[in-house]
Parts: sequence; C-alpha cells; structure tokens
Amino acid sequence: MDTEYKPTILLADDDPDYLFQIKFALEKAGFSVITAETMEEAELIIETGHSSLAIFDLMMERDDAGFILAYHAKRKHPEMPVILLTAVTAETGRQFGSNLPGTDGWIKADLYLEKGLHPDQLIGHVNSLLFH
Amino acid sequence: MLKVLVVDDEPGIRSGIDRILSKFTVGYPFMDEDIGYTVFEASTGEEAIRIFHENPPDIALLDNKLPGMDGIEVLEYIKRNQLNIEVMMITSFASLELAVKATNIGAYDFVPKPFTPQELRSSMENITKHLFLKKMTQKMNTQGKQIRFQFLSVLSHELKNPLNSIEGYLRMMQERQAGDQIASYSEMIDRAMSRIKGMRVLIMDLLDLTKIESGKKNREIKQVDLVSIAKISAETMGPMAIQMEVEIILECPDELQIQADPEEMEIILNNLISNAVKYNKTGGKVYCRLKKDNAKLLIEIEDTGIGMPDVDMPKLFREFVRIRQKETKHIMGSGLGLSITKRIIDLYNGTIDVESHLGTGSVFRVSLPVLI
Repeated sequence: MDTEYKPTILLADDDPDYLFQIKFALEKAGFSVITAETMEEAELIIETGHSSLAIFDLMMERDDAGFILAYHAKRKHPEMPVILLTAVTAETGRQFGSNLPGTDGWIKADLYLEKGLHPDQLIGHVNSLLFH
Repeated sequence: MLKVLVVDDEPGIRSGIDRILSKFTVGYPFMDEDIGYTVFEASTGEEAIRIFHENPPDIALLDNKLPGMDGIEVLEYIKRNQLNIEVMMITSFASLELAVKATNIGAYDFVPKPFTPQELRSSMENITKHLFLKKMTQKMNTQGKQIRFQFLSVLSHELKNPLNSIEGYLRMMQERQAGDQIASYSEMIDRAMSRIKGMRVLIMDLLDLTKIESGKKNREIKQVDLVSIAKISAETMGPMAIQMEVEIILECPDELQIQADPEEMEIILNNLISNAVKYNKTGGKVYCRLKKDNAKLLIEIEDTGIGMPDVDMPKLFREFVRIRQKETKHIMGSGLGLSITKRIIDLYNGTIDVESHLGTGSVFRVSLPVLI
C-alpha cells in the first residue's frame, strides 16, 4: 500500500469491540479509520468530513440506523461507496439487499455484508469498491 | 358483534329469534362495549353446514327436529370437524335424554321450545359471556407466547454479541495480527475478559429469573433482620463503590425484623444498590434507607447520579431494557436486574416506583407488606 495516500474509512457500530476489531484490521491493511459509536457521531462525521468509504452497522440505537446513515451519506457524498453490515439474515432468516427487486430506489448502499465475516474478506470488498 | 346462525325449519321461529336478538346486547362492567348479535338463518342442517364453511358463525342455535339431518347430527359434524362454533340446542319437547346426549357431544346449553324471549336472552347471555372469556383466554395465551418469543430472541442476541467479540479477539491472537509479543495483545485480552464478565452476570441473572418464573426457586419465608442483609449488600458493592468513588450510606434502625426470604431480599437490595452505584457520578452518594411505613416495610435507595429522562420510566422494569444515554454506554449490565427485582416484589404483593431527575439522580422506593 502506498504510504503517501491513506484512504479514510468511516466506521459506525454501537459495539465498541466490533469497532476495535474492524478498525484494527483496516488500519493494518493501510487505511485510516474514523469511528462512530452512535448515530449522532456518525451523522456529524458525514456532515463535516469526507471519507473515501463508509461502513455502517444496520442496527444501532434504532433498528434501521444503517439505512438512515446510508441515505444521508449518499445525499451528501454521492460518490462515496457505502457498505451496510447486518446480522439480520442470521437472526431472522430473512434475506435482503440491494440486489432485491424494488429496493434499489430507497436502500442507498452499495453492498450488504454479514457481520460475522472475516475481517480479511471485508477488506477485500473495501478494496474492490475503492479501486475497481 | 357475534355472529349467530339460527337453524330451524319453521320461518316463524327464525324471525322471532332474529327480532329478539337484534335488540339484545350483553355486557360486563369491565368491557368497553356491549356485545350485540348479527343473526342469519338456515332452514336445514345441510344448509347450516354449508354456511359453517362459507361464513362461520360464533354461535349456532340448533333445532333438533329438522327435515334432513337432525340437530344432533349437525352438532356431531361440528365436533368431528373441530369447528370453533358454540352450540345451543333448541329442543321441541324437552327430553332429558336428548339434553344429556347433546351436552355429552358438546352443546354448550339448550333451551326448550316454546321459550319466552326472556329465556332465550338469559341463555344467550351465558353463552356470550362464556365465549368472551374463552376469547380473552386465547388472546392472553398468544400474547404470553409472543412475549416469551421476543424475550428469547433478545436473549440470544445478548448472548451472541459477546461471543462474537470474544471470538474476534481470539482470532486476532491466533493469527498473530499484532505481532509475536503477548504484551501487544493486552488491551484485547482485557476487552475479552470484560465481555466474559458481562456474560457471567447475564447468566447468573438469567438463572435467578428462570427460578422465579418457574416457581422452582425454593422460597424460604422466615424471620430475618433486613438491616443485616442490607449491610452485607453494601459490603458486596463496596469494591465497585470504591472504584467509582461513591459512598454508600445506610440510614436505618439497628435492626428491622421482617418475614421474608433472605435470598430474595438480598437480590432486591443488591440490584438496587448496585444500580445506584453504577449510574452514579464520581464522588456521588448512595442512600439506603430502611423504615416502617404504616404496616409496611419501605426500602428507599437514593442516588446522586446521572438520572433518567421521564419518557423511559414505564419501560424500566421490562427485560433487557437498558436506558440508553451517552453516559451509560460503558456501564455494564445484563438488562435483567430491575426486571428480576420487580418480579420478586410482585411475589410479596409489594410495589416499586421510581422518581428520577436527569442529571441529579434517582430514588427507587419499594414497599413490602412483610413487617412482623
């Protein structure tokens, strides 16, 4: 990874341990990471900063926090890729995502990933969204 | 509105019943609205069965003497197909034999023909109240199941989260992600340990809760001194209080004899005092007051802590409800403590309420009829 250029990733999740672990992996892969533990913090970062990519947990204080953040992020920075992390499939057995018919218009995320995936896989997806 | 199907081959009887029921309602004092009837008619048993499937009634008024299949056969059909229809038999010449037979098959009641409007009304009142209670019972059972299901799904979530994060830390170590020095992992180890501690608290609380719920907890009601239990409780919370620089102050008589299960009293005091310490501010105070209030025991736990916003009060005693605020983000709790406390207090027919002011603190007041 080029040391001159470090893409910044905005990472929002209400589980501090998950934040710690993903931040650690992303930094090790050469990214600079800015974290938010609440929706409010994340909104502030979306409004004031500019990240290369954003990763939001779907369920934070509200069950649909990720959708709201993704919507705001895309409105403010249309070019920024957004990944939504969900544990929904594992917990409800319900599958959903941007590839479902009829959801393209309102679910403003580029990618849906299961929360349990290995950090290396997450980094693989981050790289392909940033450097495709 | 209950749907009533009148099955009788005499049009005069059918329209007579229709007239009586269309002006009649049944009510309980605790019901918001009285129950009325929509009446429709069938002249044969065969027609009645067709209507059962097309537009099932709540109640069938069934004449026994019908041209084709008779009333008993229609009743048998209802029971055989497990249709959810209450049956009232109308018997021409009230014969004991027929009444016994109909009741055995599952008719709720019977009225002898000819009947007065008042006789019909009082029979309808009985069957209606029976139906109302049956529906309420069913509704409560389903609600109970739903609450149970919600509880389990939240519980599995609460148990899975710490497991995921502990697994994540272990994996980081397994893959030597921070290098070969164990010291580089100390923060991860600390974090994993604290999640394990949280899980242990949750499981202990859960055990208390299941014991209370299933009634299997061996309750031992005896004479105990609440003051000495409170002292033990304050001591147990001592280390946490010291860490938080919070002072626990006991304001109580030298002894207070009550009739209760000592373990349950300890759970109540532990939960309330530990909350008062946890949600306090550095240098804050916790007052534990025990006193007689008329014929009841009053436990009052007051803290000078962060307090709660008003809106969250009613939710407080539900399982897994933790009031989310910026200040509580790092405070560990199972979300079961107050729910358990409430359940124990319910066992004694006691009450718990709370007064709280955001930023200045909360007072929990428990009143128990356990004085000797």
